[in-house]
Amino acid sequence: MVRTTGMNGVEVGRTIDRLAHEIIEQLGVPTDYSLVGIVTGGRPIAERLADRIEESTGVRPKTGTVDITLYRDDLYTGLEKPVLGETRLPFELTGQDIVLVDDVLFTGRTVRAALDVIMDYGRPRSVKLAVLVDRGHRELPISADFAGRFLQTLKTDKVEVHLSEEKSNDDRVTLIPTDGEDK
Amino acid sequence: MNRKDLLGLRDVSREEITEILDTAERFRSVSERRIKKVPTLRGRTVVTFFMENSTRTRLSFDLAAKRLSADTLGFSASSSATKKGETLMDTARNIDAMKPDAIIIRHSAAGSPHMLAKAFPWSVLNAGDGINEHPSQALLDMLTMRDHLGSLEGKTIAIVGDVYHSRVARSNIYGLTTMGAKVVVAGPGTMCPPSMAHLGVEVRHTIDEVVADADVIMMLRIQRERLQPGMMSTVNEYSHFYGLDLERLKLARPDVLVMHPGPINRGVEMTPDVADSEQSVILEQVTNGVAVRMALLYLLLGGEQTGGEEDAS
Repeated sequence: MVRTTGMNGVEVGRTIDRLAHEIIEQLGVPTDYSLVGIVTGGRPIAERLADRIEESTGVRPKTGTVDITLYRDDLYTGLEKPVLGETRLPFELTGQDIVLVDDVLFTGRTVRAALDVIMDYGRPRSVKLAVLVDRGHRELPISADFAGRFLQTLKTDKVEVHLSEEKSNDDRVTLIPTDGEDK
Repeated sequence: MNRKDLLGLRDVSREEITEILDTAERFRSVSERRIKKVPTLRGRTVVTFFMENSTRTRLSFDLAAKRLSADTLGFSASSSATKKGETLMDTARNIDAMKPDAIIIRHSAAGSPHMLAKAFPWSVLNAGDGINEHPSQALLDMLTMRDHLGSLEGKTIAIVGDVYHSRVARSNIYGLTTMGAKVVVAGPGTMCPPSMAHLGVEVRHTIDEVVADADVIMMLRIQRERLQPGMMSTVNEYSHFYGLDLERLKLARPDVLVMHPGPINRGVEMTPDVADSEQSVILEQVTNGVAVRMALLYLLLGGEQTGGEEDAS
């Protein structure tokens, strides 16, 4: 099986630009939608999308974060107790469109948990999903409305997303294969 | 934090206390949401087993467990079969047969939570054992102090009243000294014997000596149920020498915090105008209590090490 490689800084930047434009194309000027990043990987991507959307439309969408720790379906399955992150939704969700943002879409379980968090805070008009990378292997019926890049992976591979805070070209997506299980 | 039980703060490290308080800060937001509930402990059973009277602590633990979606059931002294002569171990074996995941116990005998923790597989949280410890109260006190003081390191905490018979004081002394705070206790000799110094605190016998330098003044309740004859002459005399009124509060720093674990005997430990003063953070203590107890239940019951799959996005 031929696996795609990761992405470099330039590619990550272009992909975020394209995602921002697709969001504007579908949802328009951000007067009644907000970007909500999943802690921790989705948060910086949501902020960058907000930057791009502001550059293009002149309006900065509201941003928030959801932490899914308390809503995980694997809390008792042998993971170290995860450190709690911050859920910060400083705006009314009811009646709004929400774009949920994460770095990597894999099994879909994180998104399932994030949807539950959002529903406990309010009743949005709609929730859409934007991800930088879709690496396949879904375990739940969930798909991205805005996907940056599809990566062919084995289920055992790891995908690491590194986004630098200072927006330098240090950004990268790395695919780390695990040996021995190739078919 | 990797432990089954929380029996006291005596053997809890600085790192663990910091982890509990940091986790509690996150849990505060759950109580401010529209739906004040997260599914974290769904399907888990938490038993509150209170063999001494309690309002705050039992309600607070009960609410904390419910906000984490655990099922709770309560035993109390007046309603349980212990009234009919059942021993603590027999009661515990019966509770055990109902497959609980955690028990929150208050008992007049010091060490009873420790006995249950050794004998049974479920988590035991000490909600007050005799004059020994009341760790969740001390943790909520420390969270309240940290909110206002930033850090506990180097701060001076005055604890006034019947320190010797107070499990709240003992847990606070263990926790605060672990966190690097200086603890000064004051009370009559019968309630603050010089031997308390071996806990790492300074012992004083007048309230005026401790109020002036304190960042926090913690007033303890006069526990009439634990007082023996001769410990003090009259309540009025105690109040005259050790009660906190506005005059004495003027000796303190203007930004001092006044705390009390409740229930307050208004007019005994402190006058009503002090209890309701700007410096009083007594109701914040109650709010923080729910967050601290959610953190404890989460840290003790969430995420057991049973071997399993890896994180999946």
